[in-house]
Amino acid sequence: MNEREQILARIREALTVPAPVPGSQDGRARRDGLPTSADQRRVLPAVGDSFDARASLFAKNAADLRAQFKLLANSSDLAAELKRLAAAEQWDRVASHRGALTDPACAALGLPVLLTDEPYDKTDLERCPAGLSACDALVAQTGSVLVTSRGAGGRALSVLPPHHVVLARRDQLVADLPEAFALLRSKYGADYPSMISFITGPSRTGDIERILVLGAHGPRQLTILCY
Amino acid sequence: MSASASQFKRDAVRLTADLRHRSLIQTALGNYEVKRDEKKALFQDYDGARQLAAEIKWEAINRLDRHLDQFVRGLEARGTKVHWATTARQACDIIVGIARSKSARSIVKSKAMTAEEIHLNRALEQAGFEVVESDLGEFIVQLRDEPPYHIVFPAMHLTRGEIQRTFKDKLHDAPSDNPEALTLVARRVLRQKYIHADIGLTGANFAVAETGMISVTENEGNARLTAALPKTMITLLGIEKIVPRLDDLALLLPMLATVGAGQLISGYNTLYGGPRQPGETDGPEEFHVVLLDNNRTALLANAEQRDALHCIRCGSCLNVCPIYRHVGGHTYATTYPGPIGGVITPNLRGLQDWKHLSYSSSLCGACTEACPVKIDLAHHLLQNRRNASRRKPSWWQKIAFKLFAPVANGRIPWMLVTKGGRFGQRFHGLIRGTPIDPAYCWTRTRDVPRIAKQSFKEWWRETRK
Repeated sequence: MNEREQILARIREALTVPAPVPGSQDGRARRDGLPTSADQRRVLPAVGDSFDARASLFAKNAADLRAQFKLLANSSDLAAELKRLAAAEQWDRVASHRGALTDPACAALGLPVLLTDEPYDKTDLERCPAGLSACDALVAQTGSVLVTSRGAGGRALSVLPPHHVVLARRDQLVADLPEAFALLRSKYGADYPSMISFITGPSRTGDIERILVLGAHGPRQLTILCY
Repeated sequence: MSASASQFKRDAVRLTADLRHRSLIQTALGNYEVKRDEKKALFQDYDGARQLAAEIKWEAINRLDRHLDQFVRGLEARGTKVHWATTARQACDIIVGIARSKSARSIVKSKAMTAEEIHLNRALEQAGFEVVESDLGEFIVQLRDEPPYHIVFPAMHLTRGEIQRTFKDKLHDAPSDNPEALTLVARRVLRQKYIHADIGLTGANFAVAETGMISVTENEGNARLTAALPKTMITLLGIEKIVPRLDDLALLLPMLATVGAGQLISGYNTLYGGPRQPGETDGPEEFHVVLLDNNRTALLANAEQRDALHCIRCGSCLNVCPIYRHVGGHTYATTYPGPIGGVITPNLRGLQDWKHLSYSSSLCGACTEACPVKIDLAHHLLQNRRNASRRKPSWWQKIAFKLFAPVANGRIPWMLVTKGGRFGQRFHGLIRGTPIDPAYCWTRTRDVPRIAKQSFKEWWRETRK
């Protein structure tokens, strides 16, 4: 027998004796089957039903996390906001990937663009002052941005440049985590991208005397532009 | 007493009296409960969430064979190489073997308690590889050649001044003791390491059976970079990390962050389902997953304590434990300190050598209450004590209880002892706390309560007159 079979055999042998179900000590009987999304929604933090309620919850979460969130009227406002950021931070180039939102944004910026959805040099990416990416969803409940290696220019774009700018459409704002997972399932089926990441705020650490410092290894700034 | 028990006792006595150490822990954990409770209050039904989380982990662990098999098949279908290791030695050999076959020189590592458990860094360094910890706290303790102090906050015991000195000595770069400036130094050093490392090594917080993915939780982005830039990625995880479905994370990710660090969700929660896939332009070309047993199956066979494998390593039982908060993380001298360490270490590393950890608890139950997956920690500590004394009874305890039983059970002996004690206590003040005090081992560090002037029985008789 190889290690795999030996370990699995030990597990099967161990499981011949049943273990008490959770909650048996405090009288909560276990139901049949695993908790459903409806069960999860009953216990997780509440999220409003309307778009406005969700957008304001997302904005509140983003502010707590020290991320910038801007809800814009249309794509030309988005382009204007990007230009303002580029000027204020003196970007000389950006990193991005091809996509329905990123293409016009890069064109509007008019800066040299390093594309990460074709072979690129990681040292070049490290030198880019900003990374511009699309996302798969925004999660109101937690203020998270959902990115994947397929939908947001690979694994490094959203984490290597010091400023990560996320472009999103209004209809990408989902209510909660169960909805975000359901979206992944319906969007990718069995063919998931190799990386799926919930990004919540800029990179942070509290490892020195528990004092919050932004920009530990990843981006110091996270800007989410939604129109 | 085993060597580890006498070391524990020595360090515990020293650190409990160390006021500087105590104030450091207070700084580190003082705000924790406030933040945690703020986030708990956001849940519509936090206690209900704990029950659901416990049910998810129960299902995962009690059908572990099926879920593991599905997890591994999912990974392999997308080109991941999966390795199985019964012992710590085997796991180290597998990882050293991968590093050799890649002719690697440098390895960048994100935080993994499982790697601490098997002493992976030592094995890799002995084999001639450079290993760099990338989590800031782990990076700091690695520079100081210390083990992590806490499973979530590794450098919790250090002041900014100490960290500045460490950076000055080891990196020759420490402009000030400002946490921001110190973080920036580490950021500069580590960025080059990610870019030039041949191998990225990570742990995992969850292993999703349904989709064949590992899930990594972090705040700094170091694990993201570790899994993005090097050509080869290795993930080491214990077999108990399984969750059945992807959707289970919708509950477990916020639970972990809430009780682990007082955040609603951690900065980066990332799922990895394989190496770089066709059409992707970055990420590792090879992805290896190493599954570790290291006596977890022995704990699994213990049905009474099997739920200790539900642990998601959030560290909340450490944070609330009055013993942990006094003796500190290094005193335990194990990978997993605090109440969870007191439960699992005697099971994983030998009951008689490590039973003292099960005794280093006031049994106040704060750990059981704090656990997000409802592990009955306080009872498991008692069960370890019971098992230890059953297997190796202590002769002096036997004699002590033989003497105590007739006294406690007999009306007249009990009356004589309490009356005598009441009388004797009048003179106790003369010798209290000195080495000739018969109760010295208690009174050396504690007060003795006075025996009541009257027993309940006497009081009852009087008031009924």
